[in-house]
Order: sequence, then structure tokens, then C-alpha cells
Amino acid sequence: MGVKKTDIVLLDDKGIRCDGRKIDEPRNIMIKAGVLKNANGSAYIEFGENKILAGVFGPRDVHPKHLANTDRGILRCRYHMQPFSVSERKNPAPSRREIEISKVIKEALEPAVMLENFPRTVVDVFIEILQADGGSRCAALDAAAVALADAGIPMRDMVSACAAGKVADTIVLDINNEEDQEGQADMPVAYMPNLEKVTLLQLDGVLTPAEYKKCVETAINGCKIVYEVQKKALKDKFFGDSPQ
Amino acid sequence: MNISIIDDLKKKKILALLRDGQRVDGRALDEARPLTIDTGVIPKAEGSARVRLGDTEVVCGVKIQPDKPFPDLGDRGIFICTAEILPLADPNVEPGPPNEEVIELARVVDRGIRESHMIDLTKLVLIKDKSVIGLFVDNSVTDYDGNLFDACSYASVASILSCKVPKWEIKNDAPSLVPDSASSPPITTIPVSVTMGKIADTIIVDPNADEWKCMEGRITITTNSEGNICAVQKGGEDGFTFEQLVKCSELSIATGAKIREILKQVPGGNAC
Repeated sequence: MGVKKTDIVLLDDKGIRCDGRKIDEPRNIMIKAGVLKNANGSAYIEFGENKILAGVFGPRDVHPKHLANTDRGILRCRYHMQPFSVSERKNPAPSRREIEISKVIKEALEPAVMLENFPRTVVDVFIEILQADGGSRCAALDAAAVALADAGIPMRDMVSACAAGKVADTIVLDINNEEDQEGQADMPVAYMPNLEKVTLLQLDGVLTPAEYKKCVETAINGCKIVYEVQKKALKDKFFGDSPQ
Repeated sequence: MNISIIDDLKKKKILALLRDGQRVDGRALDEARPLTIDTGVIPKAEGSARVRLGDTEVVCGVKIQPDKPFPDLGDRGIFICTAEILPLADPNVEPGPPNEEVIELARVVDRGIRESHMIDLTKLVLIKDKSVIGLFVDNSVTDYDGNLFDACSYASVASILSCKVPKWEIKNDAPSLVPDSASSPPITTIPVSVTMGKIADTIIVDPNADEWKCMEGRITITTNSEGNICAVQKGGEDGFTFEQLVKCSELSIATGAKIREILKQVPGGNAC
């Protein structure tokens, strides 16, 4: 927004951000795969202060039936925030923001999931935001992608997401809640690390063409960091402790 | 709209033409359809426009009235932009609550204008934290031929540029209208949204309805008068490579500049 409402220093002269991170440093990320008994696949992520649960069901029969597609499966996605996930209670009914985020998350996952193998079925992805911090859509996507892999659904690639943004005229990785409120731009990005394709890209805030490029590059680097954490979560689940 | 089945032959033709760098309607890959803008079409609205982008048509109206500010933004006026696809615009549209596509459309159009800071909302405050002026921009799609994002965005921008903001003064702590003293809105920049589609790794600007059905991915980039990027929304089932994203940003700046010249022709368009 460019307007300072509080006195917090977003970036000090040593290049340290308001939560002590460097400009290219993501928040702490912890992912655990296979946390739910009934879901076919599931994951829990803590991404900074975000605490998010994702569950995957399917491929299974489509209800209502007219939504079914005869030549490929369909993907459905619901991003939902708990009323207690934010400072002021959120109305539990899905807001327009949540409906839009559900749609962009679905479209970010779709290129990776081999739905053509499952005609007439649906894969349902349910994402519950238990606690929200800045960048919840990226964290939600990271958990959802791990949950899809955990469900054993064939995928072309993992989908890893991380935001970048502009804070105090500097492009920084993974902006937190304060930086989102007080910063100048926010760009969530999802990326397939092996196919090298961006599957989600949004931006609000003003960037010059050069900053836009830098911002996409920074976010993609963040996605690559997240990718390693996602791989570790799946290895931990399927092979016990990580090989290292 | 995505569920309607395109004639297989048509799709093959579109793909075959694109391989040779051509489009079904003869346009260049980076060429938007003809844009016509009429403003002041709804005199009861404080600002209005009818926009045709090819065969896509949108009617937009701006209503301006005093309102309570948002609790955390007491020093700013209100700006809300919506979009709706009317049932008469397309045989596949049914009346009823908006689906996720329409919600995305409205939010992307709103975001492009909001994030560009086109309207200086700090100039629309009557009493700080108590009473502010609200601009409500409502788009109705009346005819569908693809790319509603840009058509609604141009209609909104043209309506805002040409609107007149009535004057209110505070009497007994309540706003009271001062007749015949409306003025131009506080405009800082002209945002232009440019939507591009990706078909078989070819990027095309302003896809029409047939092309829209063949698209694997799409991206909407809004730029401001300085040629900076202020909002992006990627959509569709496939991803973009980094090089494609850079190319799209360059296309949006170049195409946006041409369209901004058209928007500057509307009354109030030379305000900044």
C-alpha cells in the first residue's frame, strides 16, 4: 500500500527484515505427510505462523454425476479458513476471496495431476487453514501437493509454491503478514520444479518490468527451497527417517 | 463457458493457423480486437460506458454516494468494482449466484484498478473514520465473445474517467448534497489490463471466444501509465515458463500503451 501505519522497520540498514530474516530467506517450513486416517492422502504444514491441513479423497465417483468428464478425471479444490484462524473471527461461510483462491489453487495443481488416467472420477482436495499468516495460499498449495502425492495419485511433477514481494523498495522472498500489510507488492507463485513451469502467478502492487522479472525469479528460487522440504516429508513418511 | 464443446474442426483450424503464426480472425498474434467506447450512456449513473471489444460487449455504471469507511481504512474513500455476466449474453449463462469464474472475473478487474491506485481515495474523505465517498463500479456483460477481463476493465476505467463526483458538505454531522457542484474524480494513472492466452506454446493477445476454448493457460497483466506492472493473474490448466512470463509482461506493456491512447480519448481521459 505504500502507506506506513505502524512504526515497524520492514528492512533495516543491514538488510534484516522485521522478523529477523535476510531478504532471500524463507520462514521456517515443516511438512508432515499422512496425518489423517480416513483421507486417501494428507499433509500438515507449518509455514511461518501458517498452520494448514490438507486432505485428498479419490479418484472416486463424481457427485453430482453431471459434473463427470468422460475422457478425464476432474479436480476439485476447497480452500477454507477456520473462523479462529485470524485475529478477528471470520465468518465460516466461504467468502469471495476463498472461492477465488480455491480456483487458482485447483488450476495450479491441475497441470501436475495425471487426470487423464482417471476418466469419470473426481479427486477432491480439501484445505483447512487452522491459523493464517501471510502467504497462506502458497502454504496451502504446498500441503495440497504433498497430500496428492501421499494419496498415490500419479503426478508429472511436484507443485511447490512460495511468494516474493517488494518491501521497502527491495525484492524479498516469502513475505509475512506484516510485510503483506505494509509492503509494496505481493506475488504468490507456484512452480513445477522439474518441468520448470509456473502454474500460479498473482500480483498485487506496482513493480517496474525489471522488478517483475526479479520478483518471479526470487519466488521460483523460494519454490525450489520448498520442493526440498516437500520431498523430505514424503521420504520421511514412506522410508522412515530421511536417508541423510 | 469452458464446458461448451467447440467444434473439433474449428479447434484443429485454430491450431493449424497458429502454427503458421496466424489467427482465425486474421489478427496478428499481439493484436487486440477493435475497441469502441461510448461514455455517458446511462445518464442516471454518475459515470457510465458501453464498451465493445470485438463482439464482447459490456455496460458499466458508476454510482457515487456517501458511505461509512472500512473500519481499518478510515482515511480513504471506498472503491468497489463488480462484474456480472447477464443471462442474455450467452446461452450457457444461467441466472443465480455467481460461480467461481464470475467471482474471479470481478476480483481481477477490481484488483487491477485498485492496485494501480487509479483513484486517489484519500481525496474522498468527508469526515475521517466516519463518512467517506464511495465509488461503486458495476459491470454487466451483455454479449459474450471471450476475454471479459479486459472488456470489463476498459469499461470500468472509461466509466471512472468520465464520471462526475457530486459534492457533499457536512451539516449536523451528516453529509448533505450540494447541488450542481460535481467535479472530476481524483485520477492518478490509467490502468490497462491485457489478457493473453497460451495455445500450443504460442502467446496470443485478447483471445476471442473460439480461441478462449482452445487455451491451455491465460494471464492477465495490468500496467499503469508509467509502464509499470501493478497486477497479475494467471489462470487456466497449464503453466508458463519464465521466458513466457517475461514475454507476456512485455506484450502487456506494449499493447497496454496502445489501448491507453484509446482510453485517453474518453471525456476526462486526459486528466493525468
